[in-house]
Amino acid sequence: MTTYIIRRLIMMIPILFGISVISFAIMYAAPGKPTVMDLDPDISVEAREAQMERLGLNDPPHIQYINWMSNVVKGDFGTSFTKKQPVRDMIADRLPNTLILMIFSTILAIIVAIPFGVLSATKQYSKLDYGVTMTSFLGLATPNFWLGLMLIMLFSVQLGWTPVGGVSTLGADFSLLDRLHHLILPAIVLATADMAGLTRYTRSSMLEVVKQDYIRTARAKGFRESTVIYKHGLRNGLIPIITIFGLMLPTFIGGSVIVEQLFSWPGIGKLFIDATFERDYPVIMAITMFGAVLTVIGNLIADILYAVLDPRIEY
Amino acid sequence: MSTLLQVKNLKTHFFSKNKVLPVVDGVDFEVKKGETLAIVGESGSGKSITSLSIMGLVPKPGGKTVDGEIIFDGTDLLQLSENEMFKVRGNEIAMIFQEPMTSLNPVLTIGEQITEVLIYHKKMSKKEARQKAVELLKIVGFARAEEILDDYPHRLSGGMRQRVMIAMAMSCDPKLLIADEPTTALDVTVQAQILELMKELSEKFDSSIILITHDLGVVAELADRVIVMYGGQVVEETGIVELFDNPLHPYSKGLLGSVPKLDEEKERLSSIGGNVPSPDNFPKGCRFVTRCEHAMEKCLTEQPELKEIYPGRKSRCFLHDEGGNE
Repeated sequence: MTTYIIRRLIMMIPILFGISVISFAIMYAAPGKPTVMDLDPDISVEAREAQMERLGLNDPPHIQYINWMSNVVKGDFGTSFTKKQPVRDMIADRLPNTLILMIFSTILAIIVAIPFGVLSATKQYSKLDYGVTMTSFLGLATPNFWLGLMLIMLFSVQLGWTPVGGVSTLGADFSLLDRLHHLILPAIVLATADMAGLTRYTRSSMLEVVKQDYIRTARAKGFRESTVIYKHGLRNGLIPIITIFGLMLPTFIGGSVIVEQLFSWPGIGKLFIDATFERDYPVIMAITMFGAVLTVIGNLIADILYAVLDPRIEY
Repeated sequence: MSTLLQVKNLKTHFFSKNKVLPVVDGVDFEVKKGETLAIVGESGSGKSITSLSIMGLVPKPGGKTVDGEIIFDGTDLLQLSENEMFKVRGNEIAMIFQEPMTSLNPVLTIGEQITEVLIYHKKMSKKEARQKAVELLKIVGFARAEEILDDYPHRLSGGMRQRVMIAMAMSCDPKLLIADEPTTALDVTVQAQILELMKELSEKFDSSIILITHDLGVVAELADRVIVMYGGQVVEETGIVELFDNPLHPYSKGLLGSVPKLDEEKERLSSIGGNVPSPDNFPKGCRFVTRCEHAMEKCLTEQPELKEIYPGRKSRCFLHDEGGNE
């Protein structure tokens, strides 16, 4: 197992290298220059040129890439073009906010999706099943930004129950309750789509499981239905869901881009959007690479969890 | 011998959209203490559903036991609430299934799967249950039982898994063991071992067995008495020796005729033409009429009763009235 994990970690290096080349190329090919967004339209062409020269943006692309990469290997992600801050600090500042949002919404997605998926499967074709199915399709079909706006309109504007955005009340002392109060809406919005998908996957996986012979064996042992389903069924049913979950992990970054923008949540996603508008190359690259690492790690975790849940799998 | 189980007029039907399928349609039989009763019949004759009805595990939705009595040790199981059935299943009546490869849970260890029954029904502590599990595994023939305990099912062969299933079934000392085609999925050499083991255990634990099979060789090996099922009904009930010497019902004769015999030289085995009619298409009269070579006018319109022809031997056929049988 340990050798397997080490091998997988080593395999990550060429993968991440490939991703970095492709992302760099795409970013470079995108129209616009970092200097275009810079402040004053009255800045002279010469000054802009000097700026381009100073940032190294006039070098040929492969030289730029090599310069960037040689710094990254040393752990230096460069300095933001617009904020003049080290990119590493900027990400470190915002990462906790994004992680809190991600973890919270993941937990939310799981605790809602799995029980409803199981219920939906064990009571197949019941009213509950149809209800859950309908709701999950609705959840899948609803765009995040629209749902977010509607929830803000309803809960923040009309009812005034939740704040419109931000991580905490400005100027107030730290309080957990205040944080949760701010967290709840963005977490719900971020969780919705995955919740819906996860419910469907749980349902179909459990439908397969309840037909298995070992479930009949468990019933023949005289166990109550809840023991049969949750002890004997669920562990088997979760195995395929693990893959989905591993793939879900990086999508939270994508989802958080929209949700963080909507709720002015100062996390990685919002940083990413801002950086893209400003053509802040070092920030864009750093976050892209962060997402790439998350994707590869998510897959690795899924593979490890497989072996944990299913004794038939050994590495 | 006293009676352990008495099944009277058992009817288990399956309901689908505007159709009722009488899969088990008025089955009567009894099992005495310590006796092995075989239920024989082709696929679709209703033998498996009969056994699941006794367990109260008729597949849902769709299946339902609509009529009859299943008197086990003095109580009618059909009158018990689901809560009371939880105490019977796995405890007083245990069951082993046809597919040992898939009947064990792949993600739980053998130990967990045996001990959970003991902890649940016999309120044993984990430690006691583990000890008992080792004991049981030794009884069913595992020399290194302690090691097997922490293994997962995928490490065992089919025969070994069926041994584990048997150990699991016998763990609570059940009065009745229902074995649904226990050897069908196994290699021929292993089949004999498993049958031998079941015979041994039923004597040792003094439990009765209902053996469901379509393999007459297995019946000869293990059973004391036999009921032959066809189309959801019992067509013949008889002792094991009598079945092989002198089957009464034309269907039983057909079944026996399709078994190869060593002392006969035949080019072809005889077979019963056609298939078991499907439950939504049972003939109006005798269920076997479509395949019976002795079919008469009467058989088309009237259903014969299951009647005692000789002491302890019943058959469901009009031929006996005519004196046409012997």
